[in-house]
Amino acid sequence: MAGEKGLSKLYWLAIFLLPSLVGLSIFTIIPVLSSLALTMYEWDLLTSPQFVGLANFNRLIHDGGFWEALAHTLYFIVGYVPLVMIIALGVAVILNQRLKGVLFFRTAFFVPVVSAWVAVALMWKWIFNPKFGIFNYFLGLLNIQGPAWLFDPQWAMPAIIIASVWKDIGFVMVMFLAGLQGIPGDYYEAAAIDGANGWQRFFRITLPLLSPTTFFALIISLINSFQVFDQVWIMTGGGPGGATSVLVERIVKNAFSYSRMGYASALSWVLFLLVFTATIVQMRIQRYWVTYD
Amino acid sequence: MKRHLPLLLTSILLLVLLGAGCAPAATPTPTIPTPEVIRETVVVTATPEPTAPPAPVTITYFTFSAAPDHLVELDEMIQIFEEEHPGIEVKVELAPFGEYFTKLQTLIAGGTAPDVFELNYENFVSFAAKGVLLDLGPLAQADEEFDPTVFYPRAYNAFNLNGIQFGLPETFSTVVLYYNKDLFDDAGVAYPTADWTWADAVAAAEELTDADEGVWGLYSPIQFWEFYKKAAQNGCSFFNEDKTEATINEPKCVEALQTMIDFVTKYHVMPSDAEMGGISDGDMFKAGKIAMDVTGIWMFAAFEDAPFEWDIQVEPGMAQKATHFFSNAVSVFAATKHPQEAWEWVRFFTTSPEMAQIRVKSAWELPTLDNPALFADYLEQRPPANREAVFESLNYAIVPPVIERQSEMQDAVNNLLDKVKLGQLDPKEALDQAKVEIEELIK
Repeated sequence: MAGEKGLSKLYWLAIFLLPSLVGLSIFTIIPVLSSLALTMYEWDLLTSPQFVGLANFNRLIHDGGFWEALAHTLYFIVGYVPLVMIIALGVAVILNQRLKGVLFFRTAFFVPVVSAWVAVALMWKWIFNPKFGIFNYFLGLLNIQGPAWLFDPQWAMPAIIIASVWKDIGFVMVMFLAGLQGIPGDYYEAAAIDGANGWQRFFRITLPLLSPTTFFALIISLINSFQVFDQVWIMTGGGPGGATSVLVERIVKNAFSYSRMGYASALSWVLFLLVFTATIVQMRIQRYWVTYD
Repeated sequence: MKRHLPLLLTSILLLVLLGAGCAPAATPTPTIPTPEVIRETVVVTATPEPTAPPAPVTITYFTFSAAPDHLVELDEMIQIFEEEHPGIEVKVELAPFGEYFTKLQTLIAGGTAPDVFELNYENFVSFAAKGVLLDLGPLAQADEEFDPTVFYPRAYNAFNLNGIQFGLPETFSTVVLYYNKDLFDDAGVAYPTADWTWADAVAAAEELTDADEGVWGLYSPIQFWEFYKKAAQNGCSFFNEDKTEATINEPKCVEALQTMIDFVTKYHVMPSDAEMGGISDGDMFKAGKIAMDVTGIWMFAAFEDAPFEWDIQVEPGMAQKATHFFSNAVSVFAATKHPQEAWEWVRFFTTSPEMAQIRVKSAWELPTLDNPALFADYLEQRPPANREAVFESLNYAIVPPVIERQSEMQDAVNNLLDKVKLGQLDPKEALDQAKVEIEELIK
C-alpha cells in the first residue's frame, strides 16, 4: 500500500466506504458503545443519567427474574436447537433427491421463514388454543387429552419451541441443501459399488462431508435462540405466571416499561457475553468433529 | 428474531444524540398556505400590507383514548376549538394504550415532546415526579374564564401532586356488574341489587352456572386492578398511610384474594384462563356464556346489540363497598414553546360544554364536570336502564394504589396473582412475596 499509488487508492477507498461507515457508526458502533457506558448509569429517559458504578450488575446478580429468564432461555435452546437441526437435516436429505414436486416442497418449507413472526405467532396461538385449537383436536382423535398449552406453565415453553422449530426448519434446511449439493456424487457411487447400504452412506459420507455446514447452522441457530423474543412476546407475553420469561423479554421490559435503561443495557451486555462465550466454545470444539475437505 | 438487540441499541443511541445534540426542536408544522395568504402575495401593488395575520400557532396533542373509536368526536371538538381560537391549530398524534407511554417517554427524551398529552391516573405520578409536566397554577390563575369548581373535586384533586396542579381531569369511568337478564329469568334467580355482597353473587352464580351449556355464573378478573379494589372492599389497603410500608399481605388482603380464587377453584362458577381459551369475558358475556360480568362502563356500546336483555348494578362488596375510579387527564409539557395556547386547548378540552355534550352523546367515557344537567341525556339512553348505578358506584370509588415505579409494581403483582391462579402459590405465600417485591420498589 506504500507509495503514491497506494495512498491515492486509500483515498478513493475512504470516499467509497464513507456512506456505509457513517451509517454503521451512527446505527451500530456508537449505540453499542453508548450502551456499554450506560451499564454504569441509572437512566429513566426523562431525567439526566446518574452514575452508579457497578450497581446494575450487582442488581442483576440478585434479580430472581434474570436467573429465571436465563433458565427459560436455556430450556428453549436445549429444546429448540437439536430439534430444528435434526428435522431440517432430514427434510434437506429428502428434498435433495430427484423427486416429483421437489421444488414445490422446498418452497413450502421456506414460506414460514419469510413470514412475519407476528402472523406466525398468532396462527400458532390459535392452533394451541385448548378449546378450539386443531392441535388438541388431532390429539383428541388419538384419544389423547391435550394440555392447555400456552395457559399451562408446564406446556407453554414446549409450545413455543414447536412453533419456533416449525418456522425455522426452512432456514436451516436451505443451508443443508446447499451443503448436500456440494458433496460429489462419485463418493456415493464408489460406496454403492463397495456394497454400502443407505444408512452407511449417510453416516460415513453425508454427515462427515456436511460437517462444515452443520457447524455453521449450529452457530447461527444457537445465536438466534439466545435472542428468542418475538414468539414469546406475542404468544405468552412471558406468562403464564412468568413460565416463559426470556432474556430479551426482560431487556425490553426493563428498558421500555420500567424505564431502567442502564439495567437493560447491563442485561444486554450479559446476553452478548453469553452468546460470545457459547460461540467461542463452539469454535474451540469444532476441530474434533468438523472436517474441511 | 436477532433484529431486536440492534434495535434496542440503536434506539438508545438515537435518544442520546437527540437528547444531547439538539435543543427541543419545534415540531415541524406543515402549514398549508391559506387562500388569504396566496391572495396577498399575488397582489403586488403599491403598499405592502403591514398587518398580515400572524401564522397560526400549531400545538400537538397526543392521545390514546381517542383511537380507534372516537376520532370523529375528537375532530369535531378540535373544529369547534379552532373556530373559537383562530390563532391556534391543534395537531393530533395517536398511539394505542399499550404503546402510548413508551412512545411518550421516547418523544420527551428525544426532544420532540407533544405540547399537550393525555395521562391516566396510574401513570400520572411517574411523569409529574420527574418534572416533565408544566405547573398549570399560574396559567389557571391568570385565566378569568377558568373556574376549578366546575370539576368533581375528587377528579380535580387527583391530578394535584404536592400542592401543584399538573393536569386537568378529562374523563372518568368506573366498573360495574353487568348481568344477563334472560339467564336470570330462565334460572328463576332474582336480579342483583345494590346491596349485594360477593356471597350473594356466588349464591346466584351457582344457580346460573350450567356446565352442559358452557354457561358460567360469574366473571371478575383476577389481576392487579380487581385485587386492590376487592382488598379495599374487605378493608385492606396495599400500603400504610405514608406509603413507607406495603401492607398487601395483611390477613384481610389475603382473605380478599382467597374470595376471588374461590370463584374458580371452590365454587366453579367462574372460568379459569384455560377454560376461557383466550376468548375475552366481554365476548363471552355477549354470547350469553357469562351471566354476570364485572367490567367497565366503556363496554356499553359493545353490548348495545347483544341478543338478550341486560342491565347493570353496583358491583357487590364484602365488608363494605368499593368501586374503581379510573380517570384520564391532560397535561402540558414543561418545556413547551406555547404554554398559553396549550392551556387554551386544555381548558377547552376539559371544561367546555360543547366537548362535554359530544362525550356524553357518544359514550366516550364521561366528562369530569359536576353538572347534573349534562348527564340528563346520558341517564335517558338505553341500554342499560339502570344508568344511575354508574353515579351510585362513584360514591364508593377509591383511587388505585400508585407509586413512581407503577408498571413494575403492576407486573410484579400480576405475576404473583397468576401463580396463585395456577395453584403454584397460595394467597398468603404470594402476598408475602408481593410485600417484599413492592417494598424493594418504594425504597
